Amino acid sequence: MGGSERREWVHIPDGFLSHGLNAATFVISTGACAYGVKRVNRSFGEREVPLMGVTAAFVFAAQMINFPVAGGTSGHFLGAVFSSVLLGPWASLIVMTIVLVVQCLGFADGGLTAIGSNIFNMGVMGALGGYGVFITLYVLLRKSRKGFFIALAISSWFSIMLGASAAAIELAISGTSPLKVALPAMAGTHALIGIGEAIITTTAVSLILKTRPDLVGAYAPPSLPHKGGE
Amino acid sequence: MPPLPSPTRGENKRGVAKKDFMKRRLDGMIWIGLGVALLLALFLSPFASSSPDGLEKVTEAKGFSEKGESWKFWKHAPLSDYTLPWIKSEKLSTALSGLIGTLAIFFITIGIGKAIKKR
Repeated sequence: MGGSERREWVHIPDGFLSHGLNAATFVISTGACAYGVKRVNRSFGEREVPLMGVTAAFVFAAQMINFPVAGGTSGHFLGAVFSSVLLGPWASLIVMTIVLVVQCLGFADGGLTAIGSNIFNMGVMGALGGYGVFITLYVLLRKSRKGFFIALAISSWFSIMLGASAAAIELAISGTSPLKVALPAMAGTHALIGIGEAIITTTAVSLILKTRPDLVGAYAPPSLPHKGGE
Repeated sequence: MPPLPSPTRGENKRGVAKKDFMKRRLDGMIWIGLGVALLLALFLSPFASSSPDGLEKVTEAKGFSEKGESWKFWKHAPLSDYTLPWIKSEKLSTALSGLIGTLAIFFITIGIGKAIKKR
């Protein structure tokens, strides 16, 4: 079979990873989501729920649009850091989980046995890890407006690299592909895809910031004039 | 130097009038956001690159892609591979499956969000 021209899947399918590993990531992902639900329950009111819905809808739609990168490969938007800066990392984890579960059950994209691993890679590593990188850089850059966008771009790139590296390690642990083969290959292609992620994330967030800065939860407007300008 | 304002969420400390205003504006913004997402799904997804995606490419190049096609645990996905089985046109099929998925995700997430938000 030559295979369809359309993409058929972009997330890890059944059969790549060992059941033991999938069980372990399932436990970690479920635990993270359970804690995430608790955190969202504490902070979210009437106002944030529709924003969560529309963020998830945007992430799903944008994930369908594969863009070409070098060497006959394509990549697509992930949206983990994007939803983290709008909603906070825990709601972002839940958004990523909902998108992944619907893609798996509704669209046969990503294996059901690998759902724990996919949530781990893109939710735990992508959303929580990506936000960790974002907030560290944002604080280091003293929460300036320029610093916000630098932190956003770099952490978007890292969210892709974190997820791709985790996938490579999972493939190696499962005995599907040795780490010295899988890691450079995954990291190499995703270093390019991450640039696309950084461009889309910063563009989308800057558009929202221009029209509705209050929707970008992670952005702290510099209300006081900084010493020495900038 | 006074502390930087921490981003507050959920609560608006500036009173009821502002809150109502925000809520009204937010509703408008939600429909605009959803409209953008639906337009992306409908008009851009059929023209997405059909080259193998990052993971797929690596599995092909490193010779283990067949492992992922050997079996499938869940076989009842209604819109398998982002297509509607009864629509012949590939582009239309992708566009409509994207539209359905985007709307479904929107309502599912709002449902789950309402269930877990604070009372």
